Amino acid sequence: MVSEATNTRQKSVLWDWLTTVDHKKIAILYLIAGTLFFLKAGAMAVMMRVQLIAPEMEFISGQTFNEFITMHGTIMLFLAVTPILFAFMNFVVPLQIGARDVAFPFVNALGFWLFFFGGVLLSLSWFFGGAPDAGWTSYVPLASREFGGIGIDFYVLGLQVSGLGTLVSGINFIVTIINMRAPGMTMMRIPLFCWTTLVTSILIVFAFTPLAAGLALLMLDRIFDGQFFIPGEGGNVVIWQHIFWIFGHPEVYILVLPAFGMISEVIPAFSKKRLFGYTAMVFATLIIGFLGFMVWVHHMFTVGIGPIANSVFAIATMVIGVPTGIKIFNWLFTMWGGKLTFNTAMLFAASFVPTFVLGGVTGVMLAMAPVDHLYHDTYFVVAHFHYIIVGGIVLGIFAALFYWYPKMFGHKLNETLGKIMFWLFYIGFHLTFFVQHILGLIGMPRRVYTYLEEQGMDTMNFISSIGAFIMAAAVVILIINIIYSALKAERITVDDPWDARTLEWATHTPVPEYNFAQTPQVRSLDPLFYEKIHGNGKMKPAEPMDEIHMPNGSFIPFMMSLGLFIVGFGFISFHLDLFISPYIWIAVGGIITFGSMAMRSIKDDHGYHIPKETVEEMEKELS
Amino acid sequence: MANSADLSKGLPANPEKATLDGKNKFLGAWVFLAGETTMFAVFFGTYLGLQSGTAGGPEPSEIFQLPLVFIMTMLLLTSSLTSVMAIYAMKKNQFQKLKRWMWITVALGAVFLGFEIYEFVEYVEHGLGFTTSAFASSFYALVGLHGAHVLFGLLWATLLLVRNRNAGITLTNAPKFYVFSLYWHFIDVVWVFIFSAVYLMGIGG
Amino acid sequence: MAEDMEQPFEKSSMSNEEKRKINREQRVQMIAFAVMIGLTLLAFIAAGSDMLPGTFTIPFILLLAVVQLFLQLYYFMHLKDKDHGWPNSFMISGLVLTAPTIVALMLLIGIVKF
Repeated sequence: MVSEATNTRQKSVLWDWLTTVDHKKIAILYLIAGTLFFLKAGAMAVMMRVQLIAPEMEFISGQTFNEFITMHGTIMLFLAVTPILFAFMNFVVPLQIGARDVAFPFVNALGFWLFFFGGVLLSLSWFFGGAPDAGWTSYVPLASREFGGIGIDFYVLGLQVSGLGTLVSGINFIVTIINMRAPGMTMMRIPLFCWTTLVTSILIVFAFTPLAAGLALLMLDRIFDGQFFIPGEGGNVVIWQHIFWIFGHPEVYILVLPAFGMISEVIPAFSKKRLFGYTAMVFATLIIGFLGFMVWVHHMFTVGIGPIANSVFAIATMVIGVPTGIKIFNWLFTMWGGKLTFNTAMLFAASFVPTFVLGGVTGVMLAMAPVDHLYHDTYFVVAHFHYIIVGGIVLGIFAALFYWYPKMFGHKLNETLGKIMFWLFYIGFHLTFFVQHILGLIGMPRRVYTYLEEQGMDTMNFISSIGAFIMAAAVVILIINIIYSALKAERITVDDPWDARTLEWATHTPVPEYNFAQTPQVRSLDPLFYEKIHGNGKMKPAEPMDEIHMPNGSFIPFMMSLGLFIVGFGFISFHLDLFISPYIWIAVGGIITFGSMAMRSIKDDHGYHIPKETVEEMEKELS
Repeated sequence: MANSADLSKGLPANPEKATLDGKNKFLGAWVFLAGETTMFAVFFGTYLGLQSGTAGGPEPSEIFQLPLVFIMTMLLLTSSLTSVMAIYAMKKNQFQKLKRWMWITVALGAVFLGFEIYEFVEYVEHGLGFTTSAFASSFYALVGLHGAHVLFGLLWATLLLVRNRNAGITLTNAPKFYVFSLYWHFIDVVWVFIFSAVYLMGIGG
Repeated sequence: MAEDMEQPFEKSSMSNEEKRKINREQRVQMIAFAVMIGLTLLAFIAAGSDMLPGTFTIPFILLLAVVQLFLQLYYFMHLKDKDHGWPNSFMISGLVLTAPTIVALMLLIGIVKF
């Protein structure tokens, strides 16, 4: 098959995927790895809901429950949702801006493998004396060397490695969006998903570096007897809370902004209207990104840092409601008067709007510092952030999955199964989490593994657990759908199955490795739609047909990440009783990582060229 | 395409940004350095927050030595200037000068690092170990992180110089030299804040 | 094509006018360096002398550090030149975000209530 890459034909499948620097293949790697972590963390959630289905259950022990809450939160945020979002960013952003690849294809692969090995390192904790159990926030002193178990070491090093991967990917996306746009694709013409990706990446750059710093401090404290967080030696535990939330609050926006972007692509496509208030959306995104850094103390209202600080951060938090409200109304006005098609993607996108509003309203409730003392650490908070994360981000991801699936895999997902899944998921979600608001208000504390009878919590917990099972069933149906569609669904032969508006739908399906044979000339926002109305429905080329420069695949990203994985394990093994000294692990891993870096730096790699004839041949075959 | 050079016209005035690859490296380096500011901010904040947590161990004003810090500052500031000179030589296509200025930069950085190691050894002998107090931990973390950046920069520059010892100035290595010089200036900026906020405020404040 | 990327150039494409400009720039850099040395000396003298009170020294030293920061960023790192719009916005964002971080870690750590 000519449309398969020209140089990949000579490689075995496994070697091709291990060395790929193609953004489309890395996207699929992200999607698969992220989905596996999603299923793992979802299974933990189901087990926690089984434990809480009735008072004083003994399905899992309190210790296991603590490990589950920690791993569920950590995996979902760092290793499931982030990579799945990265999958779509990787696949879609270069196509939407009319680029042949990302700015640093090598770094892109490096980002994936770092994330992957970081996730594996964190997961190894199950086999070495138990997972981390101090919550995803890992507050000291609970996580300090005195009280925290070995699992915390895996948490610290695993997140350090995977966080590094996220950071380099963020830098890559920023440079891609700024430098790699096709001619005519000005900043105010890039689709909103690219804007949210850009702002998200900026947040990553400024939030993951503090996280790296904080994790380094915790590691020094735990493994090398530093005194940062030990009050008796002059340390201070509130510092950890600040560092964590300086990262942690922007992290919420890192996750939710791409979901906003996805919704902003899906809703116009199935309303047959351009996005209402594009400019307002862009500025709302920028404002949310900025304010996201100025509100972290609202997670610490009950710490006791004083009324003035609390008031300032409470007001800043409420201000975020304004740009978010602008977005909500813009989505509503996009749908208003449009020719709506309610397929699965649109159902998810449309249901996102009211669900997210519910999460936003409880968010403003929590922002009121005085009453926060009532809500703090109850199920009200749990309900709130699940409305944001599941009701916002996961619904957005499902919408994006159904929307971009044909471009990624060459066939659509089954609509009937998709709609069944949507209704199960949506009903299950509200059953699970709506009652948790009330549970929180009557005083059920979060992160506690059981509760007593006759406190008025039995029925609502039962309902909540049933809802969780329904959500799990929905996810199972999604997996059945993926397998069923892969086997049965008819291949997509057209470039643009949804009659959509943006540039990614101007490429062939399947997308050739060089994306665009000729870089397109962009003449408007929603360029493909513009050409459908004012042109012949095809993008005009900005350059003559010529040979195409492509980057070479490389195994070095894998090796660099493997080296850091070994280094990380070496640091952890200071607390393990292994027959190999930690210093040997660290030395070996360090040599692998820095050796690979040196190799990359010494050997210049200029990529290769696909000859003009091959490009023409591939184009003819695909169209 | 951006992936070729027209040798007949001569070296472009801004060789680091003459290709798309160079432009990407240039912007990527800036974004990275911007991210580093917030990372250093956390270390600075931690140090300033824990400065008074000496737990009975040595205090900042008892232990810091101004003359040593002054020499180190001068070394690093000068190395920043020499890397500026290296970049000007690069723009003017003077490869030998570029190499000379770069090696001087590396040498100054190495001497700086030597002083820093000497300084740490000295402090440990005066009873300020890493585990002595929260002040000690946060001091070593902040200054040590800066030192690690210097070390990384030295290895990077050395590798760059050895790899390109006979290469001349090409469109491939010009962005690399330029990005290194940005990184090196950034390290210098961080040092300016370390000598101000850590050493001078520890003594004079 | 790609081989050219590894070839050195025989000459510079700069015109005489451009060469004069770059030499002038180099002189400006020397002045910037001299100013930096001066600022550093001032800071050390201010900190080292016993006559000045801490309430003056600390803001003074920090002010000098900020001036040096701008000299480094805008002269040595060329942020003042054209084509530096994006680097400027990223660097300024980073610097803006450091302020609340450092202030919070210094002051809002539960010792004094605000």
